[in-house]
Amino acid sequence: MQLTVWTYEGPPHVGAMRIATAMEGVHYVLHAPQGDTYADLLFTMIERRGKRPPVTYTTFQARDLGGDTAALFKNAVAQAYERFEPQAMLVGASCTAELIQDDPAGLAAALALPIPVVPLELPSYQRKENWGAAETFYQLVRAMAGPTAPPRGTARARGPRPRCNLLGPTALGFRHRDDAAEIGSLLCSLGIDVNVTAPLGATPADLARLGEADFNVVLYPEIAGLAAQWLQRTFGQPAVKTVPLGYGATCEFIAEVAALAGVDAAPVLARNRSRQPWYAKSVDSTYLTGKRVFVFGDATHAIAAARIAARELGFTVVGLGTYSREHARDVREAAALYGVDALVTDDYLEVEARVAELAPELVLGTQMERHIAKRLCIPCAVISAPVHVQDFPARYSPQMGFEGANVLFDTWVHPLMMGLEEHLVTMFRGDFEFHGEAAPSHLGAAATPARVEEAPAAAPTAETDSSPPVAAATSGPAAWAPEAEKELAKIPFFVRGKARRNTERFAKERAVALITLDTLYDAKAHFGR
Amino acid sequence: MIALRDVSTANPAPGCATAPVLRERGQREVFCGLTGIIWLHRKIQDAFFLVVGSRTCAHLIQSAAGVMIFAEPRFATAIIGERDLAGLADANEELDRVVGQLLSRRPEIKLLFLVGSCPSEVIKLDLSRAAARLSRTYAPQVRVLNYSGSGIETTFTQGEDACLAALVPELPPLAADAPRSLLVVGALADVVEDQLQRAFDELGVGPVRFFPPRRAADLPAVGPGTRMLLAQPFLADTARALEERGARRLPAPFPLGAEGTAAWLGAAATEWGIGAERLAAVTFPRSERACRGLARYRSELAGKRVFLFPDSQLEIPIARFLARELGMVLTEVGTPYLHREHLAQELALLPNDVVLSEGQDVERQLDRCRAANPDLVVCGLGLANPLEAEGYTTKWSIELVFTPIQGFEQAADLAELFARPLVRRARLVA
Repeated sequence: MQLTVWTYEGPPHVGAMRIATAMEGVHYVLHAPQGDTYADLLFTMIERRGKRPPVTYTTFQARDLGGDTAALFKNAVAQAYERFEPQAMLVGASCTAELIQDDPAGLAAALALPIPVVPLELPSYQRKENWGAAETFYQLVRAMAGPTAPPRGTARARGPRPRCNLLGPTALGFRHRDDAAEIGSLLCSLGIDVNVTAPLGATPADLARLGEADFNVVLYPEIAGLAAQWLQRTFGQPAVKTVPLGYGATCEFIAEVAALAGVDAAPVLARNRSRQPWYAKSVDSTYLTGKRVFVFGDATHAIAAARIAARELGFTVVGLGTYSREHARDVREAAALYGVDALVTDDYLEVEARVAELAPELVLGTQMERHIAKRLCIPCAVISAPVHVQDFPARYSPQMGFEGANVLFDTWVHPLMMGLEEHLVTMFRGDFEFHGEAAPSHLGAAATPARVEEAPAAAPTAETDSSPPVAAATSGPAAWAPEAEKELAKIPFFVRGKARRNTERFAKERAVALITLDTLYDAKAHFGR
Repeated sequence: MIALRDVSTANPAPGCATAPVLRERGQREVFCGLTGIIWLHRKIQDAFFLVVGSRTCAHLIQSAAGVMIFAEPRFATAIIGERDLAGLADANEELDRVVGQLLSRRPEIKLLFLVGSCPSEVIKLDLSRAAARLSRTYAPQVRVLNYSGSGIETTFTQGEDACLAALVPELPPLAADAPRSLLVVGALADVVEDQLQRAFDELGVGPVRFFPPRRAADLPAVGPGTRMLLAQPFLADTARALEERGARRLPAPFPLGAEGTAAWLGAAATEWGIGAERLAAVTFPRSERACRGLARYRSELAGKRVFLFPDSQLEIPIARFLARELGMVLTEVGTPYLHREHLAQELALLPNDVVLSEGQDVERQLDRCRAANPDLVVCGLGLANPLEAEGYTTKWSIELVFTPIQGFEQAADLAELFARPLVRRARLVA
């Protein structure tokens, strides 16, 4: 049993729903009790889909448990087939139905429907959402494309133009809609045809054509990695390894794709109009140098974000972590590049404690970290699922490709104090407008935090709970002499938290009971800016 | 202006009390009882709700809450893992460990609910024994109770019913010779409680206690002198448990709209032997003000056809309000569960040709909804955007649970909830 306040991933059947909902012509019959239909609102409310997910829930009740829940399931499958006339069906159980062991696969097979029916075994008590999505996509791909597999060892015949599949975008994915469009058009500009984009927008018939492509582009390895491996084994289609997140990775992606397709990448690389590299070089960005950043998300986005932060924006990565245990090794390897220990956990409270301890200047995380950062008054940008309604913007806003690099630059830099503004605050500390308590001007007066370092939980009341903040729960720091406290208040708020923590750490290490002006400046000399 | 008809609570007229009900069995597009935690944990301010369930349960509460409003809320899930399924002895040990972990982290907790879920029910994890065991361990600092919010047993608001029913045995006894007292049962917003309290004070009805209380230590006493007014229509088990402790229910419509609130207060006034003049003196100015507030919405809503999908069991009182105080036309009124006894006064007030449905087969109900082609559909969040995309105007029913809607002062707010989607649709010309 695991004590959980918030969860990064849903159960694996929600992953299966993300595949079914992304596709056309697929219907999913889920053996599940009343209440599990909550998952519909993820799609209709968070993603604002105008259609219900193509899912039928059997809705069994306690009184059915002694009776015939199997018949209930069978009827639900038969009725769903009749009503929705899908090209293919998925059948499976949610966590509760898994316990009653009704065998959805066998029951559905007994109906002998004239369409492919793909049974899903998603162990709810071991696995989670992304695993469920990957397994579902793999099973569907296998079921649909399997019959067209050539005999082993058949050489691939090349068509007149190179063709690839674009694999991984799902419903409820973090910017999947725009990433698929961005990378699709990038491939097109390279003279490569996209054979099938899947699962987003694909039909079962499209999946049956996957084998016709020369290679696969895997946008989200968490979701499409498993299917791509099978396609490689079955059709001899290589998979592109680079995920085009960030300017550098996009250039590498183009090179890798061009090599596989046998096309010339130079013209596309030469005429790319990404502003990100120039914006990062421009003098206004000087203030970004060495900003301490904490990164947390799914493995693909977290690894990419750390690379972009360190190599394309000049930040210092002080923490890197993921909730994707399946990809922990990749994240550990990446963390080693920045000399930090990877945090691999799906315990929100552990992440919160780490952020509080590291006191970064910017958090790049999920919606969960956005809440942590808000509580601790640290700027934050969201880089990964789990998603929120804000992660489905009305505008085109990819994360991948050259336009994605532009979007990332804006999204990560805007929460920070602007370059010149930061200098002004430092220069005019006592000024009535540029005083240390002032919030970034573009955030308005309401954003001014009240005594940041005293009350990390003093955000608007609706945002807080009666529980004590984590930071205050740590054991007693040294006392502050009034004049040192006053001096601390002169430090701009966005570095004040760090200054306080550093000074207290410095005092604690030296067993200084009272922090004086000298202690403050001794600590500053010790730690540097 | 709305002419308030005389609503006799003692002798309900037929209305649609005997009308046939369409009973449906199929896919239900409603939450399970776990969702009640979202408002209960705000109401009882020192209680903590620990769901013993699966990752789905944790994900449900997180998603149903919409956003993570509370940085560290007073609810959590003990997620059952594979090892817990292997042996129940271990599951109990694990639960004890998780509760220990939780209580050491949150020492301010005074009342802990272990909340059963579908998986915990199916594996027959006995949470009442676990609660008794843990109560012994942590007494007197923490009281541990349990109830089930599982979807195989409870629908949405029934979670509150199960929670309150679990609290009833904890209520101190009211001395047999204690004077008569009023217990208002069902979670209400604090502001609504305060308004109702003032009305009772003016009427001379009292002492009045509210259940659930705002603090766990503040449990009202119950005994043969207790008269209870249900503030919510979904409290079947709680009312039964209170009746077993000697409380007597005062039959009344629910305090929604001016008419419902007047009749609800009137039921208490009658029991307390308050004269009609006094009652009128207290309720008339309030009712008149509420009707003034309602008038503008009545002009927008009168004659509009409304279809209610089942959700919170508030549907029947709401339908009564929409029909009688706003002049809306009811096409179908769905409810997850129809408690005829508690709703007798409400059913009597409904138009006698209304189509009532109980339970759900969502696909068939959507077919009926499309056939009825209503002006406004009241439904859950899973259906609202898809129906909007089909061209229907919808009202999310969950807002009726999360918004203060009871009492005179909120009558116009309640009407506005239904007027807004129609106004919005009219404004968005494109």
